[in-house]
Amino acid sequence: MSHIRIELPYHLRTLAQVGGEVELEVEGAVTQRSVLDALEAKYPMLCGTIRDHGTYKRRPFLRFFACSEDWSHESPDALLPEAVASGKEPLLIVGAIAGG
Amino acid sequence: MSKVRVLVGTRKGAFVLTSDGKREKWDVSGPHFAGWEIYHVKGSPTDPDRLYASQSSAWFGQIIQRSDDGGKTWHQPGTPAGEAPAPGPPQSESNRFAYDASAESGKPLTTHQWYDGTQHPWEFKRVWHLEPSLTDPDSVYAGIEDAALFHSKDGGQNWEELAGLRGHGTGPKWQPGAGGMCLHTIILDATNPKRIYIAISAAGAFRSDDAGTTWKPINQGLKSQYIPDPTAEVGHCVHHVAMHKARPGTLFMQKHWDVMRSDDAGDSWHEVSGNLPTDFGFVIDVHAHEPDTIYVVPIKSDSEHYVHEGKLRVYRSRSGGNEWEALTKGLPQENCYVNVLRDAMAVDSLDQCGVYFGTTGGQVYASADAGESWAPIVRDLPAVLSVEVQTLP
Repeated sequence: MSHIRIELPYHLRTLAQVGGEVELEVEGAVTQRSVLDALEAKYPMLCGTIRDHGTYKRRPFLRFFACSEDWSHESPDALLPEAVASGKEPLLIVGAIAGG
Repeated sequence: MSKVRVLVGTRKGAFVLTSDGKREKWDVSGPHFAGWEIYHVKGSPTDPDRLYASQSSAWFGQIIQRSDDGGKTWHQPGTPAGEAPAPGPPQSESNRFAYDASAESGKPLTTHQWYDGTQHPWEFKRVWHLEPSLTDPDSVYAGIEDAALFHSKDGGQNWEELAGLRGHGTGPKWQPGAGGMCLHTIILDATNPKRIYIAISAAGAFRSDDAGTTWKPINQGLKSQYIPDPTAEVGHCVHHVAMHKARPGTLFMQKHWDVMRSDDAGDSWHEVSGNLPTDFGFVIDVHAHEPDTIYVVPIKSDSEHYVHEGKLRVYRSRSGGNEWEALTKGLPQENCYVNVLRDAMAVDSLDQCGVYFGTTGGQVYASADAGESWAPIVRDLPAVLSVEVQTLP
């Protein structure tokens, strides 16, 4: 079991009614898919807001960052960095900067 | 004394405006869902404390919100506020609008016409309009973009497409307007529970006489010069349709251009633009007690989406169209360049009918005397997308 930290964008923190980082327990390999499965299981109100229902594709205006690297285009089943799996670094879910 | 609750959806949140029956002093609550686009908020006719809201964002997609206490608190259906989620896989389906792809639906469609004339797959974008049932607060319809009609029987927790609409066969000829290919109007007939009207930009109006199983285009009489065949069965950019509940066979339509009327449940339409200064516009509504009194807000043109001549004028016809009078008292008559979007007008049902509308400039205006005079309830909200009114005991 891995203890994972996730930083959500403001509007998703509001939706999930959380104040700061989200902490999760993830079983097995720590990947985008397993982390997001665990996140949505704990906060079902986030289903469909980060990845689409059914296809589980990342929504276009969201990005995943970890350890100063962009993981958005990696396979959802690729292992995330050890620092994320160990809870030392958070997985950052970031909304695209847009608007005026 | 009766009360009025005005439900306002804006580009950056929802607002609830309440007043007593005099409609002079208003309490303003909000923004609810701050920072999100709220396309529509509407209450159940049978349980006025039951409200549904469509909350959406280009970043985070669609959320359905529900209130069971008149807007004091909200939750996503199936995910009650403060309750720990059940163990196991994620269960929240209240924002899942999956197009029907089953063989049982008869003829599921996968493409519609794109801007360049090619075929394009249907893709869910957002909910434009929520129409609660006239008899059951847990039953609610959703009009979505890309255009389709969905129904929930469990208070918004789960949604099922009424696929006969897209299965009608004309889907490949539907196309998006500038605002997207949206199903924006849903009208339920209290005298005939099996009859539903809907309208789509840009496909036209449709009617079902079997509670949404099968559909018929009802666009005969519409003429749209901007499509290859101006009198085609489908393809018309209908902006909004309104009906008086006491006269359900009579429909009024604000088309892209042209204000239209039907007296045979949409089987045929005739133009009633009459002396309007321009017959382009988005909103149209009917007086609560006078089925022949209708309201529109003329917009300059399809290229200039603001009111004509810099004057914000509601036009009223007391003859069901053709003869129109400008209602201007209390509305800005110079240097005004706002738009009034298709779901942004509503009426209350107090003895002296109240009329309400919101603008893209963030004003919500109210008239407590059927349009004779107007006053702003609020002046500086984000751009208003929708206005609905509840008349409360």
